[in-house]
Amino acid sequence: MSDTILKVENLKKYYDIKGGLLQRVVGYVKAVDGISFEVKQGSTFGLVGESGCGKTTVGRTILRLHENNGGKVIFDGKDLFSLTPHELRAIRPEIQIIFQDPYSSLSPKMPVGEIIGEAVREHKLVPDKELRSYVMQVMKECGLQEHHIDRYPHEFSGGQRQRICIARAVALKPKLIICDEPVSALDVSVQAQIINLLMDLQKQKGLSYVFISHDLSVVEHISDEVGVMYLGNLVEKAPKKEIFNNPLHPYTKSLFSAIPTPDPTIKMNRIVLEGDIPSPANPPPGCKFHTRCRNCMEKCKTLAPEYKDQGNNHYVACHLYN
Amino acid sequence: MKTALQKEAKKQMKQIIKNNKIIVKKFEDEKKRKNVPLEEYATQMKNPDNILEIDNLHTYFYTDMGIVKSVNGVTLEIPQGKTVALVGESGCGKSVTSLSIMKLVTAPVGQITDGEIRYNRPSGPIDIVKTPISEMQKIRGNEISMIFQEPMTSLNPVFRIGTQIDEAIMLHRPDIKKSAVKQQTIKMLELVGIARAEGIYKSFPHELSGGMRQRVMIAMSLCCNPRLIIADEPTTALDVTIQAQVLDLLRDLKTKIDSSILLITHDLGVVAEMADYVVVMYAGRIVEQGTAEDVFLHPKHPYTIGLIKSKPVVNQEIDRLYSIPGQVPNPVNLPDHCFFKDRCDKCIPSCNGPIPELQQIGPEHKVACHLYDEENGKEAN
Repeated sequence: MSDTILKVENLKKYYDIKGGLLQRVVGYVKAVDGISFEVKQGSTFGLVGESGCGKTTVGRTILRLHENNGGKVIFDGKDLFSLTPHELRAIRPEIQIIFQDPYSSLSPKMPVGEIIGEAVREHKLVPDKELRSYVMQVMKECGLQEHHIDRYPHEFSGGQRQRICIARAVALKPKLIICDEPVSALDVSVQAQIINLLMDLQKQKGLSYVFISHDLSVVEHISDEVGVMYLGNLVEKAPKKEIFNNPLHPYTKSLFSAIPTPDPTIKMNRIVLEGDIPSPANPPPGCKFHTRCRNCMEKCKTLAPEYKDQGNNHYVACHLYN
Repeated sequence: MKTALQKEAKKQMKQIIKNNKIIVKKFEDEKKRKNVPLEEYATQMKNPDNILEIDNLHTYFYTDMGIVKSVNGVTLEIPQGKTVALVGESGCGKSVTSLSIMKLVTAPVGQITDGEIRYNRPSGPIDIVKTPISEMQKIRGNEISMIFQEPMTSLNPVFRIGTQIDEAIMLHRPDIKKSAVKQQTIKMLELVGIARAEGIYKSFPHELSGGMRQRVMIAMSLCCNPRLIIADEPTTALDVTIQAQVLDLLRDLKTKIDSSILLITHDLGVVAEMADYVVVMYAGRIVEQGTAEDVFLHPKHPYTIGLIKSKPVVNQEIDRLYSIPGQVPNPVNLPDHCFFKDRCDKCIPSCNGPIPELQQIGPEHKVACHLYDEENGKEAN
C-alpha cells in the first residue's frame, strides 16, 4: 500500500543481562517482544502503556538507534535494518525524534540557530547562504520569535525549549516524527500549546507521528489509531474511537478506568489492578498479564494468546476472545 | 571587554547581595533564640473545627537576582477530616506553601516574612511561624507529616526500608517499646497494601518499583497517626494504574485514621477525585478557592477556566485544545496590576488598577478578579 509510511513487523529488541566473572550473557530483558503495527501517511499512531513496558525502546529501535533482535521496520518501502550505513544516513532526515525532556536534549553550548540548523547544513537541504533565513522561517512556524536565533537554551522556558526540539525535527522536512513523551515534562497550560503546535504542523506538512505517551487523555486527543503495550507486547490495537468506546483486553479496560476525570460529580467505577508490572527479565509464562488479570483462566497461565482481528480493525491478544 | 551595562548589572547585584545579608540575618537571629516561652507562639483558632489556618502568608527568597516572592499573601484553611487541594502550574508557590507549613523552607535564602500559620494542636493552638525549631521537630513527622513527590530521591538508598520506618516510630512514639517497633513497622507496611511486608522490611529502596516506594513513603508518613498529611504531588511520578492504587489507598487511610489532607498537585483529574475543597494558585497568590463542585463546575477566574479547558478529557471530542497564551510572569519583577492580566482574554479597564483581592461570590466560593467587582456592589476602578 502506498499510503502506509511505516510498517513494523514482529519487531524484537532484547537487552543482554551480563553476570558472573567473565561477564557472560546470563539472560535477556525482552524489552520489545514481537510488535507489529502500521502508520498511515499523515496520521498519528499513539502508543500507550505503563513505564517499563517498552514504549520508548520501540521508538528508538524504529530509528535504528538500537539494533534489533528480529523483525522488520519498513519505512517508505525500504527495510531500515538492511540498509548500509551510507544509505541509512541518506534516509535519516526523513525520520526524526522529539525527546521527552527538553532540558537535557538541547546542547547548552549551542545557540538556537545552530541547534536547529546543524543537521540541515550537514544534510545539505538548503544552500549555506539561505540557511539562516530558513532557520528563522522554521522557528516562526514553530511559534518561536525570530530574533531569538542567537540565544542559548538556558534562556528559554520548558515550553519554548520543547518548541526548539520540534523546530529541530521539522527543519529536516521529515515524513515521520517519533514523539517520545513530548509533553509529559510540561505544565498543563503549556502542554496544550505544544499539542496544538504538533497538530497544526501535521496539517500543514502532512507529517505522520508515532506518539508515545503514558497520558491517555493526550493520546486520545492526538491519535488516529492507538496501540496498548504491556511488557513488550501489543495487547490491543484499534482506531481511536473503537478502542476508547469498546476496550476489549482486561488490561486496556483497567488502564482506561484509572484515568481521573476532572469532574467531581462523576464517581468512576474503577478496575484497580493488583500488584506491580512483572520484571521483563523474567516474564510470567503464558499470557504475560495473567498475574494481574481478573478474568484469568487456566489456559492463560500456560498458553500465550494470539493477536487476532476482532473486526473493525480491532486487534486484541486475549484468550477471552478466541 | 566589559560593557558599561554589564558593569552596572554587577554593581546592582552586589547591592542586592548586601541588602539581602542584612535582612536574612535579622530573620536568622530570631530563629536562633533559645527557650522561647509558649505564650509567644500560642494563638487562637478562628474556627475551632479547622486543623490548620494560613493567614496572609508571605514566603520570600532573597536571591542574588532580587527578591523572589514565591508565596505572596496566601490565606486558606483546612477543616478537620477534609481534603484540600492546592492546584497550579510549576513555580506558582504550591510547594513553598507546603514547606512553609513544615518550616522547611531552605534557609537562609528562603524566609517566611509575614503572616500566620495557625495549627490546632491538641494541647492548644499554636502559630507555626513563631514556633521554635525544637518544638517543630516534635510536630514534623508526628502530627503533620509529608509525602514527597519523588519516592526515588526521598528514601535513603543506603538504609533498609525497615530501618527508615523504625527510625520515625522510635523518635516520635515513646509509648512503643523497642522490641515492638518492628511489628509496628510491618503493620504499617501491611496497611498500605504491601503483600510481602516481612520481605520488604529487609529490602533496600532500589529493589522496589516506583509504586512500592511511594507506598513505603506513605507508610512512613502515617506511622505516627498524623493529624494532617501534606501530600506534595504524591502521584506525579507514577503510572495511571499505580496512581489509581495510591489514591484509593490515601482515601481509605484518611477515613481509617481520621486525618486531614493537603493535596498539592497540578493534575486536575486527581483533584476532582480526591478533594473536598480546591484552592487555585497563580504566581504566589490565590486566584480562586471553593468546594470542588464550585471550582470545577462553575469556575469563575479566567485562569481556572483556561486551566480546565486546556486539559484534554477522554471521550470528549474537540478539534483544538484551548491554550492560555503567554507565560507566567517573572517572579522577581512582578507587575503591580493583576498578575494574570497579560494572559487574560477577558481583560477590562479596571485590570490596570490594583491587584484584585479575594472576594466572596458564593457561600464558600471566593475569587480574585476585577470581573466580579461590580456584582458585589463594589465600585470598579
